[in-house]
Amino acid sequence: MPRLSATQRHSIRFTLNGAPVQGEAEPRMLLSDFLRHVLGATGTHVGCEHGVCGACTVQIDVSPARACLTLAVQVQGCDIRTVEGLAPAPGRLSILQEAFRRHHALQCGFCTAGILMSLDAFLRAQPNADEAALRDLLSGHLCRCTGYTPIIAAALDAAVRLRDTAHA
Amino acid sequence: MDSPGDKWVGQSLPRFEDAALLTGRGRYFDDCGTPPGTLHAAILRSPHGHARIESIETSAARALPGVAAILTGEDIRATTTSLVVGVKAPMECWPIAVERVRYVGEPVVVVVATDRYVAEDALDLIEVRYTPLPAVTDPVTALAPDAPVLHEGLGGNLASERRFRYGDPEAAFATAAHRIAIDVAYPRSACTPIECYGVLAEYDPGEDSYDVFANFQGPFSIHAVIARALRVPGNRLRLRTPPDSGGSFGVKQGVFPYIVLMAAAARACGRPVKWVEDRLEHLAASSVATNRVTRLEAAVTAEGLITALDWDQLEDCGAQLRAPEPATLYRMHGNMTGAYAIRNVAIRNRVVLTNKAPTGLNRGFGGPQVYFALERLVQRIAITLGLNPLDVIRRNLVPTSAMPYRTASGALLDSGDYATAMETALRDGNHAALLAKRDAARAEGRHYGIGYTAVVEPSVSNMGYITAVLTPAERKRAGPKNGAQATATIQCDAVGSVSVHVASVPQGQGHRTVLAQVVADELGLRPQDIRVVTEIDTAKDAWSIASGNYASRFAPAVAGVARIAAQQLRARLARLAAPLLNVPPEDVVLANGKLHAQGNADNALPFARVASSPHWAPGTLPPEDSAPLRETAWWTPPELTAPTEADEVNSSLCHGFIFDFCGVEVDRITGETRIDHYVTMHDCGTVLHPGMVAGQVTGGFAHALGAALYEAHSYAPDGSFETGTFADYLVPTSMEVPAPIILHHESPSPFTPLGAKGVGEGNCMSTPVCIANAVADALGLHDVTLPLLPATLAAHLHGAKPNAPAATPKGERLLRGEGQARVNAPREELWALLLDPDALMAIVPGAHGIQRTSPTDYTAEVTLGIGPVKGRYRVALALSNLDEPHALTLAGSAQGALGFGQGRGHVTLTEADGATIIAYRYEAAVGGKVASIAGRLLDGATRVVISQFFAALARQAAPQAPWWQRLLHRLGFGA
Repeated sequence: MPRLSATQRHSIRFTLNGAPVQGEAEPRMLLSDFLRHVLGATGTHVGCEHGVCGACTVQIDVSPARACLTLAVQVQGCDIRTVEGLAPAPGRLSILQEAFRRHHALQCGFCTAGILMSLDAFLRAQPNADEAALRDLLSGHLCRCTGYTPIIAAALDAAVRLRDTAHA
Repeated sequence: MDSPGDKWVGQSLPRFEDAALLTGRGRYFDDCGTPPGTLHAAILRSPHGHARIESIETSAARALPGVAAILTGEDIRATTTSLVVGVKAPMECWPIAVERVRYVGEPVVVVVATDRYVAEDALDLIEVRYTPLPAVTDPVTALAPDAPVLHEGLGGNLASERRFRYGDPEAAFATAAHRIAIDVAYPRSACTPIECYGVLAEYDPGEDSYDVFANFQGPFSIHAVIARALRVPGNRLRLRTPPDSGGSFGVKQGVFPYIVLMAAAARACGRPVKWVEDRLEHLAASSVATNRVTRLEAAVTAEGLITALDWDQLEDCGAQLRAPEPATLYRMHGNMTGAYAIRNVAIRNRVVLTNKAPTGLNRGFGGPQVYFALERLVQRIAITLGLNPLDVIRRNLVPTSAMPYRTASGALLDSGDYATAMETALRDGNHAALLAKRDAARAEGRHYGIGYTAVVEPSVSNMGYITAVLTPAERKRAGPKNGAQATATIQCDAVGSVSVHVASVPQGQGHRTVLAQVVADELGLRPQDIRVVTEIDTAKDAWSIASGNYASRFAPAVAGVARIAAQQLRARLARLAAPLLNVPPEDVVLANGKLHAQGNADNALPFARVASSPHWAPGTLPPEDSAPLRETAWWTPPELTAPTEADEVNSSLCHGFIFDFCGVEVDRITGETRIDHYVTMHDCGTVLHPGMVAGQVTGGFAHALGAALYEAHSYAPDGSFETGTFADYLVPTSMEVPAPIILHHESPSPFTPLGAKGVGEGNCMSTPVCIANAVADALGLHDVTLPLLPATLAAHLHGAKPNAPAATPKGERLLRGEGQARVNAPREELWALLLDPDALMAIVPGAHGIQRTSPTDYTAEVTLGIGPVKGRYRVALALSNLDEPHALTLAGSAQGALGFGQGRGHVTLTEADGATIIAYRYEAAVGGKVASIAGRLLDGATRVVISQFFAALARQAAPQAPWWQRLLHRLGFGA
């Protein structure tokens, strides 16, 4: 890794939801701030900036990660996916997003982006996940509106539909 | 649904809000961009619970490139007025500390810079010198004559005291078969929305006006408070809210002091100023529910009938009385008898100030505090009299035949069939099976218990209830206050499409969807045809003081007034269509996107054509109907009258009913409470959207479960705040929150347009005490204090641990330790080292420059890392009790941007075989940011730092030989 000057802005390039992006930032800039304020991708939200609430979760090279605990310079050359990249087309929702809508699994929606990014990665890795596994995974996210019950229901429903889609 | 007889209201439609929120296209405060030239603010906050500000040194921060302005309390005071306080008391309430700090997290300096990173850099360069003052955090202690006083003008810490008497409580107690009492202390908790506060403020000096964009939630009575603080009339404060809000639960009402602060900063800078709160700021200093100490006594017959209640409530509002406080204490005033018919009530209400964050709106607002006392007491009555707790509840419930029922203290319970709802819950919630399960579990020696609660859930607050804090004579002088104005505007544009605006400012409750359903029903349209706007712009929209999203007022008040506005619009549409359809207006039917004649669907006009006609051809219309269709309706319920001469207060319009019961098991070893079975029966009147009602119930349940089991805003006795992260303030996750069984019994409210009542807060009132009653039942506890942490219950199960370290007061951040080291040097040499600044510089971990200010006093700059928090501290050390070369006392204090500490260590030097045993004992107290966010790590970190010090001392006194000499020595060569 090149040595970076703390007081200078550096050019950062990576792939965001399949498209190349580029911007400049000091080494201390958080990935969450870079996505939101430099690139204008405001779908990723910031809830605690100490890694507990999970609202800022994005996928870095397929794996979920807290954007608030990642520096923008760390993702140089990486493949980043955020909530803006989940829907198959404008005006359409993914199976997971659709399940959230059907089950009223969001209210204010502020924590939702991070939850979707974790679940999206998890259901791809573990398509047969049961409720216990999903509750365990979701314990990395704080939601203050829903009481989690509808989120679990949506995740279980999405898992079934994703399996059906995979087998179709 | 296509047939005209069906209603959209009552269906769980997918929400119109969701597509945007699920795809990252929501527009929350920080997503909405800023005007060019916007500056960014960061706030330096008090690390002390109580201290005098001696000086604020800002020159280094001002010199930092990018810093535009640095504002202290004096600067803010120059352009603003103290926030108005809701009681008649001589005290001021500034949004930033003036001369003194009174709670950890209180703003002290605002830095405005070109970006947030630079603003935070500048905070580190500001040096504030404080003289700490004694702090008081306990409400009872705060009333003691020798307690530290927060606001000198008050003369003490009691901000308000009122007594109330309804019926003849003295006679009821005098003749009672039993007097049964309970003492409870309800802790502080907060609903912590995941989005924190955000404010963007601009000032126009030409018009002396402010334009503010903030995720404020109402009530908009606060608009008047802000305008007054900014010294402008209301029409020079334009307050706007973003389309989406990341949760509030009442908490975002508390952004208003920061609106004043940032507006003043924008004025000082001449540029727009934006501030986004971080999580530590939010936990320490946003808004939190009150803690309350209550003694409640009941006069009870032998059969368990409660004939009188005597309430003594001591409300702790923290360091300031911030509008609308002390409303938490009075919101329930009409409902102090809960779901019970009790005619004799005495109440003493006192409000006290302590060195903790100011309180404000929080889901449940006053309900949890009241019901925790009342429903714990109902369980105690059952236990004392040997009755079934369900029978005590049954005997006291307000009878259905008495509805609408006027309570002793003045509330008018609108509707309900409490007894039927309760029996239905017991049947459909499998109560019989739960009893059998408890028996079986207990037979196995497990700790299983059942709890019950019956509560009424008030909604749609009377804007006049808070005036009950004033005496009738004071109220007379101030003029009557009452009502709860709700408003909705519906308009048809040039192509006849329908837009709705309400001043409801939702934070995720799906208002847009429900309003579309309500209006679609009246206008014969589909919900997706209707566009709803719920954000507010006080310069352009209809609004009043009751506007906003609080007191569970959406379904009963806002959705109701939207229906009234739609009915007004429908009447106008019917008048426009009647001559064209050749029928009288009352025979015009609106259905399926058309207006048609009653009984003849073929005699029809498209909705859009009629709705747009005043735009295109007003000349063809009668003058009284030629204006474009735009109807603004206002509604305030006549039942919400002002408090009476006798202090009777109809504090809320609607009263839902909740009956909860639950089975819990407390783990025999860990003390962990597991909710095994939870049933919650709601009567919230007409259900407008079942999915959203379920969401409100499960969400409120999760908040309540957190308050019952995990969450507490914790302060040390010196005022240090100890729960500044989500790793310290424990919010329940998907692992802890089970799915409650939700049941409904609908008794439509006769007082609301749609028959709906509020449902958003009830479980925050019923669930904490229901769980507490169940745990008390499981363990046979007499007193229960929340949160029911495993450690607390384990202590009850296992008794106090033998050989446990001397107990420090709960939550105190006092660090104690001792140790010793053996040093291969004579003690005279060690003594000399301890008194030599150059030597000390080498051995104090992280020391930069020790200076000797007197033969026994040193100062130093020290860099220390504790957990995630690395900071620079100014350290002062003083040596005393010098007993050369045997012993000395080292007293030290440290102060830095991240916190402060003080400690005292006693060091003894003993000779042993030519070496010296250096033994130490220390006691240290730590506060400030480091205590708030790294409290868990402090004991360990302190031990490490101190042992490093003595290890370094030993190295300095007896430098270790090179490694090859040590190796040879070990192998037996050499001396």
